[in-house]
Amino acid sequence: MMSLNIIVIAVIIIIVLWLLFTYNSLITLRNRVREAWSQIDVQLKRRSSLIPNLVEAVKGYAKHERAVFNEVTKARTTLVNAKTPPQKAVANDMLTGALKSLFAVAEAYPNLRASENFKQLQEELSDTETKVAASRQFYNTNVLDLNNSLETVPSAWIANMFSFTKEDFFKASEEEKKDIEVKF
Amino acid sequence: MATVNTAWDHVGSNVFKTWLIMLIFSLFTVAVIYIIARGFGYGSPRFAGEAGEIGGLGIVGFSLIMAGIMNFVSYFWSDKIVLGVSGAKPIKKVDNPEVYRIVENLCIAAGLPIPKIYIIDDTATNAFATGRDPKHAAIAYTKGILQKLNKQELEGVTAHELSHVGNRDTLVMAVVSVLVGTIALLSDFFMRSMWYGSHGGDRDSKGNTMFMVIAIVAAILAPIIATLIQLAVSRRREFLADASGVLLTRYPQGLANALLKISSDREALEVANRGTAHLYIVNPLKGKEAKQWLAGLFNTHPPIETRIKALQEMEGKI
Repeated sequence: MMSLNIIVIAVIIIIVLWLLFTYNSLITLRNRVREAWSQIDVQLKRRSSLIPNLVEAVKGYAKHERAVFNEVTKARTTLVNAKTPPQKAVANDMLTGALKSLFAVAEAYPNLRASENFKQLQEELSDTETKVAASRQFYNTNVLDLNNSLETVPSAWIANMFSFTKEDFFKASEEEKKDIEVKF
Repeated sequence: MATVNTAWDHVGSNVFKTWLIMLIFSLFTVAVIYIIARGFGYGSPRFAGEAGEIGGLGIVGFSLIMAGIMNFVSYFWSDKIVLGVSGAKPIKKVDNPEVYRIVENLCIAAGLPIPKIYIIDDTATNAFATGRDPKHAAIAYTKGILQKLNKQELEGVTAHELSHVGNRDTLVMAVVSVLVGTIALLSDFFMRSMWYGSHGGDRDSKGNTMFMVIAIVAAILAPIIATLIQLAVSRRREFLADASGVLLTRYPQGLANALLKISSDREALEVANRGTAHLYIVNPLKGKEAKQWLAGLFNTHPPIETRIKALQEMEGKI
């Protein structure tokens, strides 16, 4: 009788320890995703803060290309106002597209291309784009880790018990793309 | 065996193999300690009556502590020691913005703090990373590697080095070194005590003599085997850093091209020596890389062709 009690108590202790351990590691994974997300945000903010200067620099040489400026400014505003990861991903892609046409316009103005200020902005912007891509990669890796834990047994049982939810990858989905386009 | 081809598979399989080697190494260390302790006479019936003599276990403890202290020093100050020995000079962002940006951007992707960046004034092509943890990490490039490699190749090399940092390879190798050091010291003590005959003739019970012979053989072979295991771990960590590096750049060809360029350059790196060779991305003591299977066991790095083959396997399957 005595030894049976000890076995039962030991099993209960092991289960409780396992529960605590799994719960804590799920929390850690979720916090990592959030931290990684704030890193993307930092880079996106840095990117959008470079845009007004860039637009000003180009305006100095190519005043009448208003359509392009509007497009860039709109895309920037959409990015600043976007909330969820997929929304931001779409807005970021939009901005990339708008910037492409801005740089295409800039091609036609040799004086602009030669200006130090413009060159520096261009370089900084391309570095920021690399940083956005890098932080997005880190974020997606963390989301993958979390989602794997939420879907694989046995951690999935505990995740269900405490209603953990899967996180979105930083990726533009088709529906989100449509949503944003309507607003334009 | 399951097909191993994506970078994730390579990472998983190398991590698993490291743990397997470490497990075998731990068991091996315990066995060696047991045999040599028995050789010293600990645990034999006669020993029980001789309280006060420094027994086998005392020697084992002493070896472990000695090896522990020596390796802790080299682990804790790994960055300072290695960087000092190799004559590396720290650089700031303004000194070389291109390299700084490559490191910075890959660190963001890896989720690591930005390490200190150093340059070694040497035209040989090589690079290494060190430091006890990511916060104290340092990455060093030779001038030659910065000149000869293009951006994609440098990104491949940097991702490999940052993976060493992220995988805590300085710590892994320090733990391995403690085990190797313990076995080496213990074997050395045992052989010396045999030489001076302090544990010789008077211990003549049958079991003791048998253990004495086994212990002599173990004391001769164990340090060599331990070194071979250490080198096997080192090679495993190189493969792992290649695979984790690919997960960062998502471009295996960059690192593969870099390895080709580095290995085809026959210039040896003067500041590297046998103590620091294992840190570099490619063995810096060129011309000594053995090709045969037996000699291959003594290499700190896997053969370049094998590493490139593994990288090509990951191509397009990340």
